[in-house]
Amino acid sequence: MSAVLDSAAAARHSLRFRKARDRVIEAGLLGAALVAVVTTVAIVITLVRESMPFFAHVSLVDFLTDSLWTPLFAEPHYGILPLVAGTLVTTLVALALAIPCGTIIAIYLSEFAPFRVREIVKPFLELLGAVPTVVYGYFALLVVTPLLQKLIPGLPGFNMLSAGLVIGIMIIPFIASVGEDAMRAVPNYMREGSYAMGATRFQTATRVVVPGALSGLAAAYILGISRAVGETMVVAVAAGLQPTLTWDPTESAATITAFIVQVSLGDLPHDSIGYQSIFAAGLVLMLMTLVFNIGGFFLTRRFREAY
Amino acid sequence: MNAIAPDASVLALRAGVSRRKLFDQIFVLVGMLILLAALMTLVLLFLDLVRDGLPRFTFDFLTSFPSRNAQRAGILSAWVGTSLIMLVTACVAMPVGVAAAVYLEEYAPKNWVTAIIEINVTNLAGVPSIIYGLLALGLFVYQLGLGQSIAAAGLTLALLILPIVIVATREAVRAVPRSIREAAYALGATRWEVTAHHVLPYSMGGVLTGMIIGLSRAIGETAPLITIGALSFIAFLPESPLKGEFPYVSFSWLSESFTAMPIQMFNWVSRPDPEFQVNAAAAGAILLAMTLLMNGVAIYVRYRYRKKINW
Repeated sequence: MSAVLDSAAAARHSLRFRKARDRVIEAGLLGAALVAVVTTVAIVITLVRESMPFFAHVSLVDFLTDSLWTPLFAEPHYGILPLVAGTLVTTLVALALAIPCGTIIAIYLSEFAPFRVREIVKPFLELLGAVPTVVYGYFALLVVTPLLQKLIPGLPGFNMLSAGLVIGIMIIPFIASVGEDAMRAVPNYMREGSYAMGATRFQTATRVVVPGALSGLAAAYILGISRAVGETMVVAVAAGLQPTLTWDPTESAATITAFIVQVSLGDLPHDSIGYQSIFAAGLVLMLMTLVFNIGGFFLTRRFREAY
Repeated sequence: MNAIAPDASVLALRAGVSRRKLFDQIFVLVGMLILLAALMTLVLLFLDLVRDGLPRFTFDFLTSFPSRNAQRAGILSAWVGTSLIMLVTACVAMPVGVAAAVYLEEYAPKNWVTAIIEINVTNLAGVPSIIYGLLALGLFVYQLGLGQSIAAAGLTLALLILPIVIVATREAVRAVPRSIREAAYALGATRWEVTAHHVLPYSMGGVLTGMIIGLSRAIGETAPLITIGALSFIAFLPESPLKGEFPYVSFSWLSESFTAMPIQMFNWVSRPDPEFQVNAAAAGAILLAMTLLMNGVAIYVRYRYRKKINW
């Protein structure tokens, strides 16, 4: 016994050593967790600081009201509206496809599908959401657009419709998966109550389960909107790179993200207005996702049901 | 006595019931069709890439540099670049992500610091990937002077997948029952000993799953790498990380310029020449196969560990 106590190994494992080691490790773990906070702060600081010179050069009024965005032309215009319009149009097209399809899949999986089907299908849906976005871009440009051109004669090779539809396909799995989780969280006694009143499955699903899961469904939609607004490669490949102020999805137009990609592809000097303009565009994109997320936060709180 | 003929109101009721039951069946049909359509898209996508890229599925495609000539162009510098970037990403995201998750689950007191960390992890998961690219361009490339390098690219993607790793690790750690921790504490283990000897080993399956899914997301990310300044035409390889002589490893590859699989594919797909779109399809098929394979492995690992565990 005393031999063990004397040995160096025992000293190393003395209580005091172990407790000191614990404190050091705890500080290290806290440091790792703080990386998340540091990242957020760094994103905000970087976007604001790098776009400062841009806003010193361009007035905020011009930025928000000018209907032309041509920062790299000889006669530059700096109106963000065309890019915002492009982003909103592709997002709306995506949502028009993804919200109905995602919701129906979620209801089907949660309320109708047998257990086995659900367990098999869910991993495959996840795979659909894991496809690299540049591959979806290829799909939009070389598969979906030619198909659409048969339906809509005169559709240009680059158009927001096909990009939006493909983004829609991309976000269906997110909406379906988060929505299904929300519906499964609705307690079974609510369904049983509904069945006891003589309701069919469809009535129970649409009048009891969906209203009960509305807060989770809203969260799923917000997640989908964030994805669609920030989606880059699909629009950069398939929607065109020409900033155009239009609300017509069959036209070609650039989004905020596509513009950032287009500028990044060229080699711009660090202090040029083109370099600064992508940070200004990024700031707008960040604010847009922030608005949707804050809106979503209040929406989910408004519809929250406590069981 | 004769059976009483059902009166009109009962008939109406029955008709209503069967009409509503019809809705049930119609909905099941619609749901299954949409679900099938979504899944068929995945199959269609893959088959289309394979069909279009078929002429390029040769060994030369893997061992050639990009070229002006579509038939001779290959993805050598792209897949080497992707592998090295993934190495950096994994080496950064795994320790930081797991440590952050362990802190939040095992150590964090209930106070405002913890609340802020939690909010930030949730928020970061929703930040568009191109914003990470801008962060990296402003911070890593210019402020920290890393340049348009493999290190900058790896760090960017590590930040991008950090929330995925953290969320997956937290779930795995949370699934370890309290009784295990209490037993270890009762034997005099400190908090770190409980974590390192028991909680982490038991949650390894979930941690690995999260890591693989995170990397499969990083492997296909294009936008942030373009923002940092990935080149699409690289006709040389970075210096090998392994050396024949002492000290056997070299880190000079970290500061070299890079390209990656999705960048190469984007470059090819945006060229008007249809010959290059064949290359794009082939690169896309390989990229997609890698992503699907990684996700498949993750699903399998999760399944295996779930089956092995019975507390």
